[in-house]
Amino acid sequence: MAENIINNDIVKEENLVYKKTALLTDKALSYCPGCGHGTAHRIVMEVVEELEAQESTIGVAPVGCSVLAYEFMDIDMQQAAHGRAPALATAIKRLYPEKFVFTYQGDGDLAAIGTAETIHACNRGENITIIFVNNGIYGMTGGQMAPTTLPGMKSSTSPYGRDVESMGNPLKMTELVAQLPGTYYVTRQAVHTPAAVRKAKKAIKKAFENQKLKKGLSFVEIVSNCNSGWKMTPNKSNEWMVENMFPFYPLGDIKVPEE
Amino acid sequence: MKELRLMKGNEAISEAAIRAGVDGYFGYPITPQSEVLEYLMAEKPEERTGMVVLQAESEVAAINMVYAGAGAGKMVMTSSSSPGISLKQEGITYIAGAELPCMILNVVRGGPGLGTIQPAQSDYFQAVKGGGHGDYKLIVLAPASVQEMYDFVELSFDLAFKYRNPVMILSDGAIGQMMEKVEIGEQKVRLTDAQVKERCPWATTGKDANRERNIITSLDLDSNKQELFNVKLQTKYKEVEANEVRYEEMQTEDAEYIFVAYGTSARICQKSIEIARAKGIKVGLLRPITLFPFPNKRLLELSKQVKGILTVEMSAGQMIEDVKLAVECSIPVQHFGRMGGIIPSPGEVVEALEKTYL
Repeated sequence: MAENIINNDIVKEENLVYKKTALLTDKALSYCPGCGHGTAHRIVMEVVEELEAQESTIGVAPVGCSVLAYEFMDIDMQQAAHGRAPALATAIKRLYPEKFVFTYQGDGDLAAIGTAETIHACNRGENITIIFVNNGIYGMTGGQMAPTTLPGMKSSTSPYGRDVESMGNPLKMTELVAQLPGTYYVTRQAVHTPAAVRKAKKAIKKAFENQKLKKGLSFVEIVSNCNSGWKMTPNKSNEWMVENMFPFYPLGDIKVPEE
Repeated sequence: MKELRLMKGNEAISEAAIRAGVDGYFGYPITPQSEVLEYLMAEKPEERTGMVVLQAESEVAAINMVYAGAGAGKMVMTSSSSPGISLKQEGITYIAGAELPCMILNVVRGGPGLGTIQPAQSDYFQAVKGGGHGDYKLIVLAPASVQEMYDFVELSFDLAFKYRNPVMILSDGAIGQMMEKVEIGEQKVRLTDAQVKERCPWATTGKDANRERNIITSLDLDSNKQELFNVKLQTKYKEVEANEVRYEEMQTEDAEYIFVAYGTSARICQKSIEIARAKGIKVGLLRPITLFPFPNKRLLELSKQVKGILTVEMSAGQMIEDVKLAVECSIPVQHFGRMGGIIPSPGEVVEALEKTYL
């Protein structure tokens, strides 16, 4: 009885408050429930849809949790070897200067094994967009310490907490690339609340639109959670992120083009 | 009239790339092949044909740029020398796994490790047997002259696109550095983006409404599908073996012995044949031009005619394994080689032949 009411009286065009963008495929996401990747995927694809750029966008997927990003994003995509996404994006953009080209990378991929490719693509000022999802851990391989893991934070390879004396300090890649003359727009966002999602989407849209200006690379970090790797409930992980990650990785624009 | 130029092997590669209508070159300096990138930069190919030339931050980045350019359907290439080619192996196996067409030039120098900057042929196994992880093969061409350095650029791309497979030109520091007369071909026009779409309907050229999205990847987590994909690759390699064997013979008609040698070693053996024949030794040469696919059939035929084979390689003896397999160990097969960047003299090759068989 209740089902009939739902079908007939509630599901109406005028009641529609949210619709999945057509640029996300119907394939079920492979991410853990509670993970921020799904939202990050959605807003990237919403931006591509709003720019009417499905035909003119080529994406690059990394190695890590989002290795299968190409299964979910309904655009032409290439899957890169671990850390090499900015090298791929460089070549695609140079060979197709009129296309939108972006990479979608995690922190292990971008800030450890791909450090050289990231820094040099940024330094050359490639006209691409890098989406950098930082959850402070290697999620895919089972929660190992990442270059972004916080001091004292536990992971499967820092089971007693990250000891900065022997394991080094976390790397703030976003502040680092902001120093390079080749970056045009550098910002740090999050997707844990509706307000944060709206801001992050706006930043991503700007980062894509910047490609038309040919003034350099746009870099959008999204600080996100890894409830599985952090061994917390989704809600708890978001609270922990706000309390611990945000003080170390403060949200907001780091480098903004002069108007 | 034909255009003739005196060029280094490395320069011939670069000029051939521009003339063949190559879309992109991504490289990193290393001796003895830095002239490839230097020549391209000096020639301003972006003005001549619109070709993209980029000095990458590493060999690793350069080969991954090639992966991406090839994945987007463009004619792209890289070049390096042995230690740099080792670094590129990651990208090469991904390229093979994603079935992408491209050209990789290895101007081989002596190893292992940093080794020497002098010529060697000690990367044969790496080039011919795969090199990176997984079951894959490159099509491998071995030029023995500067002219062949030039000619094999276009041949590489023809084969690469025909089979959607990476092609390696396995040269060495001698061929790369020496100057010879080269006949230059016509300038070809680079393909338009529309022509690229037509030639490579699988490439990431931007998803339009008329087709499903294109994905360039070497990943399939389903083992059943991954096995089927491997079977498909092996079938392709069999087809390459059936269709693309190339070799050259010299004075094999009456030969009682033959040298089997490629590249620089084959050039030396030409002179060795003269010296040996003047002494009354009936010796000939089989020069494999394709190292994969290998001229197995012809070698087996020759094994019925000759008494013994001497492989001449600037290595500890790598190709000799393929020669032994080709002749099914039916006749003696021996190796003569120098290592560490030493080029054997024609005389010492003849001496080795005499010592081995006479």
